[in-house]
Amino acid sequence: MFAYDFMQNAFAAAGIVAVLAGVVGYFMVLRGQTFAGHALSHVGFTGATGAVLVGLSPLAGMMGMTVAAGVAMGMLGERLAHRDVAIGIVLSLSLGFGLLFLHFYTAFATQATALLFGNVLAVDAATVWTLLAVGILCLGALGVIMRPLLFASLQPELAEARGVPVRGFGMIFLAVVALATAACAQIVGVLLVFTLMVGPAAAALRVTGSVGRGLLLAAALALAEAWVGIAVAYVTDWPSSFWITALSGAAYLLAVAAVRG
Amino acid sequence: MMDAPGTPAVALRDVTLRLGGRPVLDAVTLAIGACEFVGVLGPNGAGKTTLMRTILGLVQPERGTVQVLGRAAARGNPAVGYMPQSRVALPTTRLTGQQMVAATVRGERLGLPSAGHATRAEVDRVLGLVDARALARRPMAEMSGGERQRVLLAQALVGRPRLLLLDEPLISLDPHHQHDVIALVRHVQLSLGITVLFSAHELNPLLGVLDRVLYLGGGRAALGTVDEVITGPVLSRLYGAEIDVVRLHGRIFVMAGRQEVAHCSHHAGASDDVRV
Ligand SMILES: Nc1ncnc2c1ncn2[C@@H]1O[C@H](COP(=O)(O)OP(=O)(O)O)[C@@H](O)[C@H]1O
Ligand SMILES: [Mg+2]
Repeated sequence: MFAYDFMQNAFAAAGIVAVLAGVVGYFMVLRGQTFAGHALSHVGFTGATGAVLVGLSPLAGMMGMTVAAGVAMGMLGERLAHRDVAIGIVLSLSLGFGLLFLHFYTAFATQATALLFGNVLAVDAATVWTLLAVGILCLGALGVIMRPLLFASLQPELAEARGVPVRGFGMIFLAVVALATAACAQIVGVLLVFTLMVGPAAAALRVTGSVGRGLLLAAALALAEAWVGIAVAYVTDWPSSFWITALSGAAYLLAVAAVRG
Repeated sequence: MMDAPGTPAVALRDVTLRLGGRPVLDAVTLAIGACEFVGVLGPNGAGKTTLMRTILGLVQPERGTVQVLGRAAARGNPAVGYMPQSRVALPTTRLTGQQMVAATVRGERLGLPSAGHATRAEVDRVLGLVDARALARRPMAEMSGGERQRVLLAQALVGRPRLLLLDEPLISLDPHHQHDVIALVRHVQLSLGITVLFSAHELNPLLGVLDRVLYLGGGRAALGTVDEVITGPVLSRLYGAEIDVVRLHGRIFVMAGRQEVAHCSHHAGASDDVRV
């Protein structure tokens, strides 16, 4: 199956995104911010459809929109934390606007499914390079702030007292989450980013008590789920996003069962 | 490094501090000496947490000066250890006591989390100080309240602080575990020769270990021995209401009218003032 260009692109893109999603997701779960990824992906849908409407690339539109929303979330910070209703309304509005933009751009109908549920087999070489650049940028930024971010995630008030700019790093992290979400949506779609960002990380956090091993396990799990998912999709001709969600769900359940049993 | 003899651990001069328009501290002047164990008491909202955050340099007073170990209070002072009131709400993770403390060791530095020898040695040292080496490999989420408190205390001791601010470490612990935590803090304080500010709702569990009490209320503060501070006239001034102090079988009850005060709601019920 590696004889085809589109399969090579699919494996490369999924590999880059999975490692990124696993590492970023680990901190999202640790910080209790999994919902942020979910929310950002919805907003990204509006960005992607809006961009297409004005003749820009959907990936660029999605990333612009998610990063703007991520930074806004970081600035609102605490005040946003318990506003379930407000967040829910913004999410619905985002999808609603996305739908409206699609309506104006009628030829775009098949693209809608790809945006919502992903179409990794349609990823071209240029997108792979973009994803690689985004992946390096995000992991690089995370590498620089990881130590104080971990401190601030586990003990925010103590970290603040020790001089960690807790809010500033929180904002940088949300910008990273935003880019990772947009990258992830290229593989599994806007509606399923949870499956690569949260599933493997949550499983890893349940299995190992060490941060280092947890990060490696989250990235490895995400990578295995993405690659195996695409391979099985190639054989069965069922959608790859389905197989990735199935594997992610199974891995999480296994992690829960393994720790209980 | 030793402090010059007589340098107070904490010195507030004429400090006025407002939060949300209300004065939490109103022209307060006080000095806490080196190696003192001071209980910080007062009703909910009296300003115990705010006082600690001021000493940490996280809250700026509107007026007056705050000196900590001879220098102006400033964020990031490694000589001040802190155990915040709000406890870590660990999600469903298996992070161990070791990892929890390790994240604190020079956690403000940029770069990747450290798993190096120096970090492990420091974690081992502080866990040893609180007799919690056995908790190093246990997941935080599976520890009892008292065990978790030990790990958090170890975290506060990272970096060899000379002043330790413990914000309500007894909250949600049963009396037995409360006693353990108090004895442990006293032991650590005496063996390291450091100053401890220990805030609490209730005075009685602390009576055996306190050097002095700092009682906060109504924007004012009273600092002195238990016998000097826990009296009807002093507390009446802090509460702005008639307060009686009843001593019974070595315990002290602070009463407003027929009701005992300075208790949090988990002690609600008339049985409070008949306990022996
Ligand atoms: N961030 C804040 N903004 C406005 N008011 C605050 C803030 N934090 C605390 N307060 C108020 O300051 C007073 C002191 O609070 P606090 O220091 O938490 O008291 P304690 O720790 O003794 O219960 C309370 O009246 C509280 O409502
Ligand atoms: Mg408090």
